[in-house]
Amino acid sequence: MLKQIEGSRAVAEAVALCRPEVICAYPISPQTHIVEALGEMVKSGALSPCEFINVESEFAAMSVAIGASAGGARSYTATASQGLLFMVEAVYNASGLGLPIVMTVANRALGAPINIWNDHSDSVSQRDSGWIQLFAETNQEALDLHIQAFRLAEELSLPVMVCMDGFILTHAYERVDMPTQEQVDAYLPPFEPRQVLDPDDPVSIGAMVGPEAFMEVRYLAHAKQIEALQRIPVLAEEFKRQFGRDSGGLLHTYRCEGADTIAVAMGSVLGTIKDVVDEMREAGHKIGVLGITSFRPFPLAAVRMALRQAKRVVVLEKTLAVGKGGVLATDVRMALAVEPVEVYTVIAGLGGRPITKRSLHALFRKAEKDDLDPVTFLDLNRTLVDKQLQREKEKRRSGPAAEAMLRDVGAVAARLV
Amino acid sequence: MFQVRIHGRGGQGVVTAAEMLSVAAFDEGRHAQAFPSFGSERTGAPVVAFCRIDDREIRSREPIMEPDALIVQDATLLHQVDVFAGLKSDGYVLINTGKTFAELGLAEFFAQHRADRLCTVPATELALKHLGRPLPNVPLLGGFAAISSTLKLESVHKAIRERFSGKLAEGNCAAASEAYAVVKKEMEEARHAQAD
Repeated sequence: MLKQIEGSRAVAEAVALCRPEVICAYPISPQTHIVEALGEMVKSGALSPCEFINVESEFAAMSVAIGASAGGARSYTATASQGLLFMVEAVYNASGLGLPIVMTVANRALGAPINIWNDHSDSVSQRDSGWIQLFAETNQEALDLHIQAFRLAEELSLPVMVCMDGFILTHAYERVDMPTQEQVDAYLPPFEPRQVLDPDDPVSIGAMVGPEAFMEVRYLAHAKQIEALQRIPVLAEEFKRQFGRDSGGLLHTYRCEGADTIAVAMGSVLGTIKDVVDEMREAGHKIGVLGITSFRPFPLAAVRMALRQAKRVVVLEKTLAVGKGGVLATDVRMALAVEPVEVYTVIAGLGGRPITKRSLHALFRKAEKDDLDPVTFLDLNRTLVDKQLQREKEKRRSGPAAEAMLRDVGAVAARLV
Repeated sequence: MFQVRIHGRGGQGVVTAAEMLSVAAFDEGRHAQAFPSFGSERTGAPVVAFCRIDDREIRSREPIMEPDALIVQDATLLHQVDVFAGLKSDGYVLINTGKTFAELGLAEFFAQHRADRLCTVPATELALKHLGRPLPNVPLLGGFAAISSTLKLESVHKAIRERFSGKLAEGNCAAASEAYAVVKKEMEEARHAQAD
């Protein structure tokens, strides 16, 4: 059924259709609308049987999800930003124990400086946590990915993060096609746990493992993620057959035929990039787009196949690996290690900085001339940085940098972008 | 693609207005995308929300920098925010005020602009009259239906009834209808003035 609703609402309705039995919630922007909507559904009885547990922190949210999942319940939670960081110890435990929890990450920047806006620093910081990470391009894909995520998680006994851009998707009203309960039931069978805490058949979960087997248990987690590389496209294909939509999978290519230049990105910025690529194609530029849906496991072989014919690749990412440059770009470079393809890193959209078509046009035209630095910061206000560096050079007690730089920028509220 | 930017202050229902606009467009079978400017929400602070309407899927996520139409929910913003930034040369402007563009001191700025695309409507007063609350956002959508011809008034009514119920829905519908009539009349007068 077609609906014009907020992204958070769409995800909440999709999660409800997946019949979660335990939802743990702790509010943090921009994720809050999702669990609020689910809370209402549980309270009204629309989502039943389901226990909605208000916890006292994100650490508790993940801990409760671990307990619930180990108890055999289909478990869900959502978080963002510092909330994800606060639960990190439990995040690693959930994957290490092989518990198929599904969590939405409404992607938001990490402080300091505190910032509520979108970038990918939060979930990307958990790239090695053992969770599968799927990135949504639209609200339709976000809701579809949640349905696929429960199926994938439970098949492999691994937790899955569905990552969607905070505010840009979570707070956007757009058209979505909401499946029926029958459709979701036909796709997602009831949860059959691989391990369960059952008083009638007692086991312990969470053994201490010494050097004699630790490496093997960790390797098993790696092997499962590699297995996920096979399962993710299969589940997306099955989803397409049942729901009639292309959603999920490892990656999506767009107008890559004969492309000399291919832009690589994750999440909602792909839409803006596609519009730019359409305009550039019309003007005769040989440019295409590769959208990465599965960030973990990272589809090295598929990325290589998608990019090997290009002369150059521009990886545009909303994360900064401080002291190095990109994270996604590093993965793409690994995929292209034996291919003669130039890879440029572009850091963009940090802390909610809008990524505009105008800037992308200029960026891609520069890339076509191989006139880009290895690492570019899109729309960086270099004057602002230099002013602060100068201040620090002149005076030992130069004071807090963020405050000084904000003063230099002036009244932000009066500016649109 | 038709792009609308709505300016107002925290608490005036700026984001709600953009969302309802998208719902009204959706009800007409069109694609629509509404989103806020993601500021820290504080009552009284300048807030911006956006709505794109098109006949095909809308993919771009950038803020609307060259709007086809502007809705200004609070005329005091004219002195604080560059609300007209990027407005297309034939764009529509609808300001919540009982004053005219000339009385707002905007005559010179818009001297070259099509007069029938510059409208004002006392939406806060209409909201007080029909709702008893100073919420100008929904009446302005009625005014927008009149000015832009992108949307039917009936679709705005439908979106109102999807969002609100009871007295709130009926009051908002009445206020939107009156705003629609006010703006229609204003446009007619502007066209006649041009014809003269």
